[in-house]
Amino acid sequence: MTELWEGLVTAVKLIISLDPEVMEIAGRSLAISATSSTIAALICLPLGAVIHSNKFPGKRTLINIVQTLFSLPTVAVGLFVFVLFSRAGPIGGLDIMFTPVAMVIGQVILISPIMLGLTISALSGVDKAIADTAISLGASGLQTAVITLREARFAVLAGLIMGFGRAISEVGLSLMVGGNIAGFTRTITTAISLETSKGDLELALALGIILIVIALVINLVLNRVQQR
Amino acid sequence: MKRKIIVAILAGLVIASLLAGFVGCGQQRLKVATTTSLYDTGLWDYLEPIFEEEYGVELDILYAGTGIALEYGMRGDVDVIAVHSKAREEQFVAEGYGVERVPFAYNYFLIVGPEGDPAGIKDMSPEDAFRTLYEAASSSFISRGDDSGTHGKEKAIWASAGYDYEAVRTAGQWYVEAGRGMGPTLLMASEMQGYTLTDIGTFLSYKSELELVPLVEEGAILLNVYSVIAISPEKHPGTNIEMANNLIAFLTSPQIQELIGNYGVEQYGMPLFTPCAGAEPQS
Repeated sequence: MTELWEGLVTAVKLIISLDPEVMEIAGRSLAISATSSTIAALICLPLGAVIHSNKFPGKRTLINIVQTLFSLPTVAVGLFVFVLFSRAGPIGGLDIMFTPVAMVIGQVILISPIMLGLTISALSGVDKAIADTAISLGASGLQTAVITLREARFAVLAGLIMGFGRAISEVGLSLMVGGNIAGFTRTITTAISLETSKGDLELALALGIILIVIALVINLVLNRVQQR
Repeated sequence: MKRKIIVAILAGLVIASLLAGFVGCGQQRLKVATTTSLYDTGLWDYLEPIFEEEYGVELDILYAGTGIALEYGMRGDVDVIAVHSKAREEQFVAEGYGVERVPFAYNYFLIVGPEGDPAGIKDMSPEDAFRTLYEAASSSFISRGDDSGTHGKEKAIWASAGYDYEAVRTAGQWYVEAGRGMGPTLLMASEMQGYTLTDIGTFLSYKSELELVPLVEEGAILLNVYSVIAISPEKHPGTNIEMANNLIAFLTSPQIQELIGNYGVEQYGMPLFTPCAGAEPQS
């Protein structure tokens, strides 16, 4: 139990003193996850709208598959990205193994199903009459999609937050394709993993608390945006 | 309005990312896969800034067991490896993946266990100690179980003691496979009050966290040689062979050999490694 208390004290100290190493790691965690979330959102919002607004054979199956991929194990995605981008792999010449770029690619793969699936279900919750009205008033397909997305913004945003949360909290993928290189690919979660293996439980707990604080700040900001 | 704010925030995050998260992507980098026993002692943290200063390169240290380090090397994902498993290193070079095996430091393995030594292996030969642990089958033995250099050494001792490793691995609950690095394995052994095989460097650097003492320290089989191997540019033309050679020259240079030989004296009262620039130490 003393570890929990000391972890909390250490976390507060590290945050107040703006410990440069911790700030750097936290900044990197945020940067990588924000980038992958943005990319995933740019893919999933339009794609979700397209899937939602079109009828095609196998739509139900596709949605089932997307929802199944919510449970993608992070290490499996890590292994996939590793095998793909390793120099001996099919696209190894890009030389991105053990860089933040590989981590972003992995995280986009990891969180896209969540963002896509939740966007589709958010859109399904919108009253069909809204889309019909828009169309009858002469809205184009794109305009209709934007109107529907705007109508579902609370649920859509929840999906985006969920995806971001999964990106910033995962560790298996980052360890495998990032390699936890100090000053380059070390994020909060991989640092926690390393500090735990070193037996420095207080620092590991402190980093965990800092991660939660970051998530809290992000959520508060996004919630404010939602309520406007 | 709302959308503008969202867009502004997302744009801000992306810009922040570009500034913070990807600093260094364009710099010249040298990737080293190193065994966890070298990483956990802090030796790399100590040498990294000196090397970076001297050669103006970012040194990326990846810690992994010797098995994974060799795999990274075979795939060309790193430029150089620092490992400790002689037979596998020689095979690695013979198969053309590595340029040359250059030993740069050595120390010894130890068998450590709880102070009370319930199995009574103190001061036995390594082989006798393992036989005693096997026969007793009552005290836990924590194996790295991760195909690392230390795990390889453990298998070699079992073989030397006359056991088939598969039979040992499945002998009973007393034989525990940690599947983790040296540091975590030591912490686990301490927690379970079991025995384990460890390199002396990691043991000394973790000693304050452990309730374990060295029990077996003598035996030719316990010699532990660390080598550095550049990945062959013929197998993987994309690797940074020039800088890899610089790192090897750096590690075997007289000044750095002296630093390696003195590393740990201040903190642990004794050196963790004996330097052996380029030559195979004799046990």
